[in-house]
Amino acid sequence: MKLGKMSLYLGVDVGSVSTNLVVINGESEVVDKLYLRTSGQPINALRTGMKMLSSKFGQNTVIRGVGTTGSGRQLASVIIGADIVKNEITTHAVAAQMLVPDVKTILEIGGQDSKIIILKNGVVYDFAMNTVCAAGTGSFLDRQAARLEIAIEDFGAYALKSNSPVRIAGRCAVFAESDMIHKQQTGHSTEDIINGLCEALVRNYINNLAKGKDLEDTIVFQGGVAANVGIVAAFERALGKKIIIPKYYDVMGAYGAALIAKEKIEKSSQGSNFYGFGAAENEYKARSIECNDCSNLCEVIEITSNNEVLARWGDRCGKWSSVVKKDKEIVG
Amino acid sequence: MKITFPHMGNTFISAKALLDDIGVECIIPPYNNKKTLEIGTKHAPEMVCLPLKINLGNYIQAHELGADTILITGGRGPCRFGYYCEMSKEILADASYNMEVITLDGPNGNMKEFLERIKKLAGGFNVYKILKVIKNTTIVSKRVDEIEKLTYKIRPRELIKGSTDKVYKTMLNKVRKVNGSREILQLLSETKKQLMEIEIDKELIPLKVGIVGEIYTTIDPFANFHIDFILGNMGVEVDRAVTVSGWIIEHMLKNILPTKKDLRYRQAAEPYLGRMIGGHAQETLGNTVLYAKNGFDGVVQIYPLTCMPEIVAQSILPSIERDYDISILTLIIDEMTGEAGYMTRIEAFVDLLNKRRERFEVGKNVALFRS
Repeated sequence: MKLGKMSLYLGVDVGSVSTNLVVINGESEVVDKLYLRTSGQPINALRTGMKMLSSKFGQNTVIRGVGTTGSGRQLASVIIGADIVKNEITTHAVAAQMLVPDVKTILEIGGQDSKIIILKNGVVYDFAMNTVCAAGTGSFLDRQAARLEIAIEDFGAYALKSNSPVRIAGRCAVFAESDMIHKQQTGHSTEDIINGLCEALVRNYINNLAKGKDLEDTIVFQGGVAANVGIVAAFERALGKKIIIPKYYDVMGAYGAALIAKEKIEKSSQGSNFYGFGAAENEYKARSIECNDCSNLCEVIEITSNNEVLARWGDRCGKWSSVVKKDKEIVG
Repeated sequence: MKITFPHMGNTFISAKALLDDIGVECIIPPYNNKKTLEIGTKHAPEMVCLPLKINLGNYIQAHELGADTILITGGRGPCRFGYYCEMSKEILADASYNMEVITLDGPNGNMKEFLERIKKLAGGFNVYKILKVIKNTTIVSKRVDEIEKLTYKIRPRELIKGSTDKVYKTMLNKVRKVNGSREILQLLSETKKQLMEIEIDKELIPLKVGIVGEIYTTIDPFANFHIDFILGNMGVEVDRAVTVSGWIIEHMLKNILPTKKDLRYRQAAEPYLGRMIGGHAQETLGNTVLYAKNGFDGVVQIYPLTCMPEIVAQSILPSIERDYDISILTLIIDEMTGEAGYMTRIEAFVDLLNKRRERFEVGKNVALFRS
């Protein structure tokens, strides 16, 4: 990889389980990608990521645009200075379309949520996110792998070795776990149980999210769980169709955010809001206050750095958030 | 007798007008908030739908302010709302809150019982007075809904963001302090004037989204996380077919009066659901069809977790989505609903609608001609 004085774009996806950073060039190609564990501390994860990128790209590059996404998108945008703040459904769709132009169905399973996105004529036509239960998501698989003392990376491979599948109740994480333990105590092999779990998750996903929707080719599967070959095989069996795993399947949100930031900057004549790689090195503090001025009892979040208030949000009336007005798009 | 009633969006304005005019003291519970829900959740059965939990919170918070009697409306048909009255009575008694519950239900043939209840409430029986009160309450509820509808139109078009919310919230704060339908109507007409004075972008053709679903969660801003504010401030014009005044007129008055009901929604729902299955399932389906026919860009369905009629409607909605090529988003709400995930869905939905409209316009489709 040659690093000259390049114009690059940065996409940041602060999710519940992982924080991903993607750097792309003017041709929308990924120059570098990072997949870090959020470990419940998004600011720390962001700081680590920015440090790693900073040491790699140093002073020789210009970041022309920054996009943030994921459940921590607002927090990330305040800390590094983002040009766009986009929800993860839109970013995932944009990224998938870039890599697989004729994509019609996007299956996405992340750490805490799973979603399905249906595209028609190149635009998002319909989508659904899991509503009540985390049974079909990465963190549940993570937990089960840990319980069986199998590295999560090898988890899927076990499923492929199964010869007689076991039916696991996958509706709810708690019931699935007790059902797995029950099957294990009656003497089923670990491979069969893991395969049963993969099938249960896929069944749950299809029943919950894909209900009433036509899953047309081309189908793309992305998100951290796409690395699990057992789940991929179970999807292919259940749908009877071939599934494509895109190249950057684990960082698609961040990739999409970078693409949207690039598009916005290229369209407008404005410069970037980016504070520079050093921005994350400052000390950031987040605190929440319950506002008791009216009966809404809003939980206001305040981000401060060196005793300076950077941003506040969470209030309905705008009394707190309007104190710090920043000239940028926070919502949408 | 100090009367209170449960909150449902702006229903409290009509209820206040009614009770003020009758001349009984009323205690408006604090606006729905997290504490209300917390109290309600503590006392209600876990799997009951969200509105009952919020209602119970309202009663107990009003009790703390001195209320001793609860006025609620009843319902029939296969929806749990019909049991709210009895459930509330039992739960409050179990929790040792000594409160009386008066249900203003449609007479359903039993006119004597209905009149008894009105008598209890009005403390006498002056037919002329009662009719006048009912008339004024109905007018108040219609005016309140008109104001709401007006904000739906102005909010996405306002030039200075937040000006609509400011006028509207001032009205909500003032209305608690005025007395009787006359003063309320005066305040409402002032508010209307102020709303009309807000500068708007007349050229803008905003996205249009219809809100359908279970009545409580679509109307109450606390229950639906202020969806009309959120969409409006994102530049989307919203519409909600099911309103408080509509409910009073269609479900209460027209059950007694020999007038024809407005059944357009029922005709529109006919090909998908031919009969009333309780709750607002038929309205949800019918209004979705009507929105699609009237050129709306999308429809949002909202309902509380475990609401049977809306679950049925939700499973039929994909057919309407396909037949009319309209986007539908379903949001299910209970006390566990996380605001972040909720907002993400709404944001993504608006993105989707924007993109679809772009496509229509580029493709020189019919969409160019819609107003």
